[in-house]
Amino acid sequence: MASKAVYSHRDPMLKKRDDFEDILEERRNTSDLRYALRCYTPALYKGLTPCTASQLKTMVLQSDQLLYVINQVSKETGTATDEIQSEAEAILEEMAHRLQLSTIRFFAFTLSKIFKTLFRSICVNEEGIQRLQQTIQEQPVVLLPSHRSYMDFLLMSYILYTYDLALPVIAAGMDFMGMKIVGEMLRMSGAFFIRRSFGGDKLYWTVFSEYVKIMLKNGFAPVEFFLEGTRSRTAKSLTPKLGLLNIVMDPFLKGEVFDISLVPVSISYERILEEALYARELLGVPKPKESTSGLFKARKILSENYGSIHVYFGQPVSARSLAEGRVDRSQFNLTPRHIPRKPSEGIQDFVNDSAFRLVRSQEENMVLKPWVLLAALLLQNQAAGNKLGVLVEDLTEQAVWLRDLSRQFGAFLHWPDHIPPSRVVSSSLSLHRSLVRVSEGRVQLNLEPGFPPPAMTPEEELLSKAVVVLSCASYRNQVLHVFIRAALLASAIHSVAGSRKQEIFNAFSFLRNMFSNEFILRPGAEVQDFEEACYLLVKSAVLQVHQQEVLVTDRGHRTLAFLTSILDPFVQGYQMVCRFLCEEAAESLTEKQFVPGVRKFFIKHLLTGGLKYVEVLSSDLQKNALAALLRLGAVQKLRGGADEGTLKVNTVMVNSLEDTLGGKLPTQKPLAARL
Amino acid sequence: MASNSSGDESGRHQTARHRLSVIAGHLQRPSDRNAALLAVDCKAQGSKPNVKTSDRDEGRTVPRRRQEIMKWNGWGYSDSRFLFNKKGQAEFTGKRYRLSGMIIPGLKDWMEGTFGANLQHKTQATPVLNTSAVQPPMLNEAFVEELKSTGIPFSHEAEDRVFRAHGHCLHEIFALRDGKIGRVPDMVVWPNCHNDVVKIVELACKHNVCLIPYGGGTSVSSALECPPEETRSIVSLDTSQMNRILWIDEKNLTAHVESGIVGQDLERLLNESGYCTGHEPDSMEFSSLGGWVATRASGMKKNIYGNIEDLVVHIKMVTPRGVIEKSCQGPRMSTGPDIHHFILGSEGTLGVVTEVTIKIRPIPEYQKYGSVVFPNFEQGVACLREVARQRCAPASIRLMDNEQFKFGHALKPQVSSIFTSFLDGLKKFYITKFKGFDPNRLCVATLLFEGAREKVLQHEKQVYDIAAKFGGLAAGEDNGQRGYMLTFVIAYLRDLGMDYYVIGESFETSVPWDRVLDICRNVKARIIRECKDKGVQFPPLSTCRVTQTYDAGACVYFYFAFNYRGLSDPVHVYEQVEHAAREEILANGGSLSHHHGVGKLRKEWMRETVSNVGVGMLKSVKDYVDPNNIFGNRNLL
Repeated sequence: MASKAVYSHRDPMLKKRDDFEDILEERRNTSDLRYALRCYTPALYKGLTPCTASQLKTMVLQSDQLLYVINQVSKETGTATDEIQSEAEAILEEMAHRLQLSTIRFFAFTLSKIFKTLFRSICVNEEGIQRLQQTIQEQPVVLLPSHRSYMDFLLMSYILYTYDLALPVIAAGMDFMGMKIVGEMLRMSGAFFIRRSFGGDKLYWTVFSEYVKIMLKNGFAPVEFFLEGTRSRTAKSLTPKLGLLNIVMDPFLKGEVFDISLVPVSISYERILEEALYARELLGVPKPKESTSGLFKARKILSENYGSIHVYFGQPVSARSLAEGRVDRSQFNLTPRHIPRKPSEGIQDFVNDSAFRLVRSQEENMVLKPWVLLAALLLQNQAAGNKLGVLVEDLTEQAVWLRDLSRQFGAFLHWPDHIPPSRVVSSSLSLHRSLVRVSEGRVQLNLEPGFPPPAMTPEEELLSKAVVVLSCASYRNQVLHVFIRAALLASAIHSVAGSRKQEIFNAFSFLRNMFSNEFILRPGAEVQDFEEACYLLVKSAVLQVHQQEVLVTDRGHRTLAFLTSILDPFVQGYQMVCRFLCEEAAESLTEKQFVPGVRKFFIKHLLTGGLKYVEVLSSDLQKNALAALLRLGAVQKLRGGADEGTLKVNTVMVNSLEDTLGGKLPTQKPLAARL
Repeated sequence: MASNSSGDESGRHQTARHRLSVIAGHLQRPSDRNAALLAVDCKAQGSKPNVKTSDRDEGRTVPRRRQEIMKWNGWGYSDSRFLFNKKGQAEFTGKRYRLSGMIIPGLKDWMEGTFGANLQHKTQATPVLNTSAVQPPMLNEAFVEELKSTGIPFSHEAEDRVFRAHGHCLHEIFALRDGKIGRVPDMVVWPNCHNDVVKIVELACKHNVCLIPYGGGTSVSSALECPPEETRSIVSLDTSQMNRILWIDEKNLTAHVESGIVGQDLERLLNESGYCTGHEPDSMEFSSLGGWVATRASGMKKNIYGNIEDLVVHIKMVTPRGVIEKSCQGPRMSTGPDIHHFILGSEGTLGVVTEVTIKIRPIPEYQKYGSVVFPNFEQGVACLREVARQRCAPASIRLMDNEQFKFGHALKPQVSSIFTSFLDGLKKFYITKFKGFDPNRLCVATLLFEGAREKVLQHEKQVYDIAAKFGGLAAGEDNGQRGYMLTFVIAYLRDLGMDYYVIGESFETSVPWDRVLDICRNVKARIIRECKDKGVQFPPLSTCRVTQTYDAGACVYFYFAFNYRGLSDPVHVYEQVEHAAREEILANGGSLSHHHGVGKLRKEWMRETVSNVGVGMLKSVKDYVDPNNIFGNRNLL
């Protein structure tokens, strides 16, 4: 079957997964102090020219690129080059890390203590570590961990230290700098700080990119950054940010190094430290500014059990192999390489595509705990209006069914097979007892306030429910990447009356396009995704796919129903956003007013029962919906003048999108790709 | 060493002469060659064509029957080859070169260490050509008949034809060693002069015969391969007998020379009159003046004398449309695009170059070799760049990387005196221990200075001063001289390698200065990676050197070889790796070729190299000059 072949070598990054080893186990048995003080001699890059942090700065300040831009800025602004030079020095000073081993040792000691109290285990795939060790010697390495928690980068350095690997330098957001002592300590453990936005500041950009490139090219240390740009509050992978990836690809594309190895790292937490915090943030309770005292207040979390962490170092991806046959590197032959140029469209597409592949491979290697499946089931149950909760036995049966399904779909599921499913379920429920309530053999989300209800307005009550639902959703979200393609197909089949393959594909493409800000869907891969979805659903005996037709088998309805309902909250959320824009958007709705406006609108409809999914209150979903509408041109953002940021709604188009989403309108014109 | 040149005037001259004899090698001086310097008319013009050719051959290297003195399936003279003697020591046979008859003690270890080669594992080349494996000639009878009447000598013997069916690409030589013969020319003709060529081309046009000009046969671009799709009779036009210097003009310092003359003869004959061209490509023993013009050759001393395009003053070429030449010998003209540039690099697709007026110079008064050791390749390149910036490059300056430095070391002949070996040891100690150079990183530049003695010494100081700024240490004349000598024997070494399952080749590019280091690193790494991917069992030799400096860039040479034991189709693997290496060169801003030319080996990249319009321009010239594709070697386009 053709689609099979497509699927099997769909993605070279997909490989059989390695086994894990718990690195805390040794920490529990031997001295942390000795561990923190042990001899540390990592293998280094073979082409390394050793240099100190201050030599590094000099190299940056004297680089051709920077000198060129300084001259350019000087000409444009009329400022003397000396002045700009010292400005560049100041930027670098503010940015640069001061990696020192003593700080790492300090962290190694304290983190050992903290990790042991917080987590049951920290599991790492040692084969991945070995691959990484090899790679670090051969090529400059870029580490790309997923980003779900503040813990991520300390954890990464901790693991690399544990395995005697070269410590990375880490691109961190400037907001950490607010925490005085901690900021400096992070700096000394290898973090360098970048401003969140520096739009048109050429000088800043050049200092920054040269700094990163020089560290990378010289093999000074592995460079680490988060492709997603920020912590995902929803536990779904975020659409990758391209800035830093562009920078690290550049030396390879311009031939300054032979190759660069990109190592996706998937960090999965059984329980996220920031769980409730994220939910509140998504509901509009503003995020507390990072401060040292705040961090100490967070210490009450120390008394809780956060289960285990799995860290999977993926197969290193060579930039060279990504670019093979895709990028014509000779395009850089005709201008001096130190003159900054906007990357060509081809390069942008290439970097974007690579970013999606890398994020996708992070997703693939995320370990999923049984609880993730339970969360998905409980949420569906709750949305179905089941007030009593579900019988534990039923939940167990459903969980086992879903376990088998997700395994067929290739999920990296850590379900302990040697333990009876009922015990797996009950222990998962107990770890997450803040989110679920078990009483009289029935399980449901812990939506009722435990204490005698204080006087709450219905709105407050709804929001407190929503905190639990969104927390729960953040677990369910972890499994979405496994099902998303099949879910899009299921929804497409659901929305199309007949069984004609082309029509289903059109509906699939429409949905896929609609939700491509919501999920990781590689641009331009419609056909591939469609075939993959078909392949999976045929494999699990849900569909029969013929030349012209797609037929649902008798056994397939349960799976299809599950898949459709997993996507349903998003479909409904997007529909309601459309409705909001058509009904409520006044002439002068600005981008800033959008989220509060939608929220109010949603709360109103939730309270009146016009809307069943509480999770649509997530500002993430709302923003993604807006981004999609902007991308599709249904909404326009005005620029400049007094109207800056005002949203101009194309009511007709938004309306028809809403109807198409609701299945009231057939997918209009077939999208670009055809089967 | 013999070129120790601290002495008097005559000593200096001796040095210069000695060097030339090193390069041009070895030949007995012909007793009388004055005749050659007369402006003789073409002997074939007379009614008795085939007589007296023997006296033309006197003092000339290349006979009509090349196979009499040269290998039919390897490089160079039949009597000169590397072999491992009964004691297992490497030895270079013959009497022609300075290395001839010497033992090279380090070579065995180097080959075993570098390639994992083993003296026990030998592959024998087919010793003699099996003429029955050669397709019988497909003759155009009418053409042959008319050719006979002109009296121009020709042959359709298998040996003659096979010899002209190949250059020296690895795959060509490998096939010959295997006894595999593909499409070969159906006939070989030896014109004696320009007019002979005119007649041959006329007849070829008249009878629709495919002509492939053949000069020295040293092509490494598959340029001489007969296109397998060619259905017409193919005639190889061997220019080797057009080898006279027709006149020397001392007032203007030019010489008018027939195009078939090979480099060593041209230099030697000019030397007799106190002149030289200074054009010394590494292949100069065998490559011909016409070949240089047709491929845009480059000589190692181009810093003083220029490349071939700087050297030629006038070119005469016979095309199917007639003869193309300029009407005067003015040193520069503003008369539209220079028609010489349609000829230079035309690779035998437009016609046959028959006569060239070339610049000559008095033999330099003084020559001196030198060498500099650098702590690493990066420093070496930086030094060469600075030398180029100051425009003070010596006649030749070449920088070898570490692997090549080691290779050069392995080729050191056995030293006769304990004293020399003691000195060597001392030098090594000084450089690695005292100066702290890492023997696995250091690299060496070889230098050749030429000119008036005072100036050479001054120049030498200037260059060494620059080198010192980049950590370079002067490392003596011997090392330098040996480096240049090796240039001429290195091609023989490939044959030795092939006896022991090692295949390899070199290829070149030119690249802007700021990319030299990047291209060297990336291409070498690409070769290693490709070999691994293609299943080569042993780590390959992947090395490079910078061989020429220009204002805006440099010429880089890559050497690449590997042990092919365990591979079912080594040549295919080799070709894939070379292809990948060329892709890498282009991706890193290197040119398709600096002086080897395009031939058929690299023509797939011509379009991206010169743009669509560029290809169209070249095509339209071809279409005008040779509408019936008489010059049908299918090179370039």
